[in-house]
Amino acid sequence: MTERDPELRNVAPGEPHDSLMSETLAYVIGLALALLLTGVSFWVASTSAIWGPGVAVGLVVLAIAQMGVHLVFFLHITTGPDNTNNVLALAFGVLIVFLVMIGTIWIMYHLAANMGPTPEMTNMMLQKG
Amino acid sequence: MEAGIVSPTEAPAIGLTHGSSEDTGLGNRGPQSKSIVVPYGFWLFVLSDMVLFSALFASYASLARATAGGPGSLQLFDRSTVAVETIALLLSSFMCGLAIVAAKRKNLLWTEVWLVVTAVLGLVFLFVELREFAHMISIGAGPQRSAFLSSFFTLVGCHGAHVTAGLMWIGTMMAQVWAKGFQPHIGRRLLCLSIFWHALDIIWVAIFTIVYLIGTLP
Repeated sequence: MTERDPELRNVAPGEPHDSLMSETLAYVIGLALALLLTGVSFWVASTSAIWGPGVAVGLVVLAIAQMGVHLVFFLHITTGPDNTNNVLALAFGVLIVFLVMIGTIWIMYHLAANMGPTPEMTNMMLQKG
Repeated sequence: MEAGIVSPTEAPAIGLTHGSSEDTGLGNRGPQSKSIVVPYGFWLFVLSDMVLFSALFASYASLARATAGGPGSLQLFDRSTVAVETIALLLSSFMCGLAIVAAKRKNLLWTEVWLVVTAVLGLVFLFVELREFAHMISIGAGPQRSAFLSSFFTLVGCHGAHVTAGLMWIGTMMAQVWAKGFQPHIGRRLLCLSIFWHALDIIWVAIFTIVYLIGTLP
């Protein structure tokens, strides 16, 4: 057993490994999935087949899915025990990213709602004056 | 580290050890090798870079409607241009992966070939983006026009600056692989470069979705 070999305990992020499939095949599958998701994103944005207010949500979901594809197939982040450190760092990064983005959008939206005229109204007033 | 200070067979089995493993998690192994620590540290940097971008995304989302009577995203953004940029950067990311696979097999020719293709596709992306910026500025939609455009140029320009830095890094690595061969430290730098380049494509996914696609919804 090579269990005590420290090199096998952790894997560097971005390092291709062929435990599941050939290294090149992983990149090819990732490219195919990313192209598919990109194509669907552009289609969803331009079609009228989808209920209007749902389009933006659908696009965000597609984007998050594509980021997942990039992480798994290009950066080789897996759920394996040798990847725990990489996943934990990623989870913390994602937490901060969501806190910053959702927190800012939430607060700024309510500020705008509570603080008088919207930019559009200000523009109209400026144009009149 | 000197071997034999604590003989592995005599190491006490404390804590969450299992089976035949004598690893106590208490430092008997010593630190991880550089081939793990260096890319991991770079991964932490990349994640902090994504936090930086999240702040730029947040300010863009807050200011996207603050057009100050100037042109908005519907008038300015062209989806076909964005599609070209997206495909170029995605293929570039893929080629970078192929370069890493070739480098792992210590194949000098193909490493250099895939790195050249990566760089050319990155240049295509940068060229299209700069042409778009130049066009916007020429029609009076520069970063000083409105808060919306300031945040747009900051966000997308910051990504473009990262791509520019990445291109210079690719050139440097091509020269180093050529001159020094596949030494361990060159391999580590190549791996960090690939992490950087893939991360830039992940950020671009967020940009083309939030800025360009959602921004041009009717």
